Amino acid sequence: MANPNQVNEQGYRSFKLGDFTFKRDEYFAHVSWPGGTHTLSVDNFLRAMMRDVAWGFFYGTVNFDTVFGTTNHYGTVDVFVGLHNEAYWKNNKHFVQTFDSKETLKAFRDILEDWVNEGFDPFAAPEETGIAFGPKRGSNRAALERVRVTAKRMVGAKDDTGLRSEADGFTVNRQFADYRPEKLEVYPEKGFEDEVHAFDFFDYLTRSDVTWNPSIISAVKNNLICATTEEYQLPVIHGNDRVEWFLQLCDQIDWLVYDGQTGKPRARVTAKAGDICAMPADIQHQGISPKRSMLLVWENGDSALPELYASGKLKPYPVEF
Amino acid sequence: MAVKTKLGSLAHYEKGGVDVIDDDPKHYVFSNVFEVAAKSKPYEKVCVGKNIKNVLEAIRAEGTSPWYTASHDEAALIMDGAVEIRLVKLDQPAAREDQEGTTMLEGQPKGKKMGRIVARRGHMALLPKGSAYQFHADKPGVILFQTLLGPLTIERWGEICQR
Repeated sequence: MANPNQVNEQGYRSFKLGDFTFKRDEYFAHVSWPGGTHTLSVDNFLRAMMRDVAWGFFYGTVNFDTVFGTTNHYGTVDVFVGLHNEAYWKNNKHFVQTFDSKETLKAFRDILEDWVNEGFDPFAAPEETGIAFGPKRGSNRAALERVRVTAKRMVGAKDDTGLRSEADGFTVNRQFADYRPEKLEVYPEKGFEDEVHAFDFFDYLTRSDVTWNPSIISAVKNNLICATTEEYQLPVIHGNDRVEWFLQLCDQIDWLVYDGQTGKPRARVTAKAGDICAMPADIQHQGISPKRSMLLVWENGDSALPELYASGKLKPYPVEF
Repeated sequence: MAVKTKLGSLAHYEKGGVDVIDDDPKHYVFSNVFEVAAKSKPYEKVCVGKNIKNVLEAIRAEGTSPWYTASHDEAALIMDGAVEIRLVKLDQPAAREDQEGTTMLEGQPKGKKMGRIVARRGHMALLPKGSAYQFHADKPGVILFQTLLGPLTIERWGEICQR
């Protein structure tokens, strides 16, 4: 961290991580490295950084935009410029530094704590939050300290992560106001009250207060059903280090798919309720959801996979037919 | 403005698709769970998602299923209809510890009744390791099933996916 007590004229601190310097003004985040400077709109920068922190750098690459991002090596993390942008790396304009993950998380948390203003929630849909712009005014620590849900077995099961209810402040989101939950009936025999378990997954999702933040709902070994509600656009372009699957539970998301190395467009996938599709291990993708929708994200948590895909031992797509 | 949440069902689903720019649509293994279930026999476990040995299966629930068990937890998400799930705690495990995926039992399971669940659209039920379970649906419904690749998993990608 550089000059921790100094603030610029808009009231924001600057930060340093290795040879990277991070500065913001009223509208933009500026990332500098020994070879140049890249500038991003600060609202999107904060939304992307929030997810990078909350997800612990997620599976693979989190591109904040087509130039700047991070790649998770599960213990260390690459912070890069232009690594997945052909114009940058072909002209040797890319720049990468590898850091300890904890050190990077701390640096990013410090940035968020200083740069996120009161009223701006990086996880919220744009219609449901204040703005990120302007001179520094307060902070929003509560929004930054949300804990990502990670069920060990299934949401609501004994000793596992809890359900969402009105009483706990989880109200039904405005965009699911028309959704009517169906009646769930659970009749355990005496002595099996903790083992006979079911919950209303869709109702749970209608009460999500965040967007584009998949949390683990049900785990069968490394088979992880994650879920999230989506509105507006995924604030990162996610670069896969393994195959990932999406099952659209309601409404529609369009996935814009780019090549993992060059960033060139490869496909557009339109998913409606009941549609299921794979995202290959060699692509980057960004989703757009005009109406808040429910998405099941299906992950394989096997830590050996990134190396198997990177080395070519596994093909980047999951099935041949 | 009133919002309208669009859900799918066996009776009514709309399908999107893959619009390729520079790729092969088969790489996206695109299908629709309602369409798959609409074209399946009752309780066929048709693979709609595969990630090495992890699978998601689309199951058409209709009538009464055989009894099943597994050496690990499994989970059922009801996508359409109403499905009763009957659970029995097996006296002896019927699936070997190293056997992955769903195992079908011959006849009735031996053990104590654990209870039952009537799950409808959007509900997710846990099928615990060491239990036997059976589905029953008066009317056709759809289950999305989370498990591991096993002997009952049916793969017919060429028939269900966009080419």
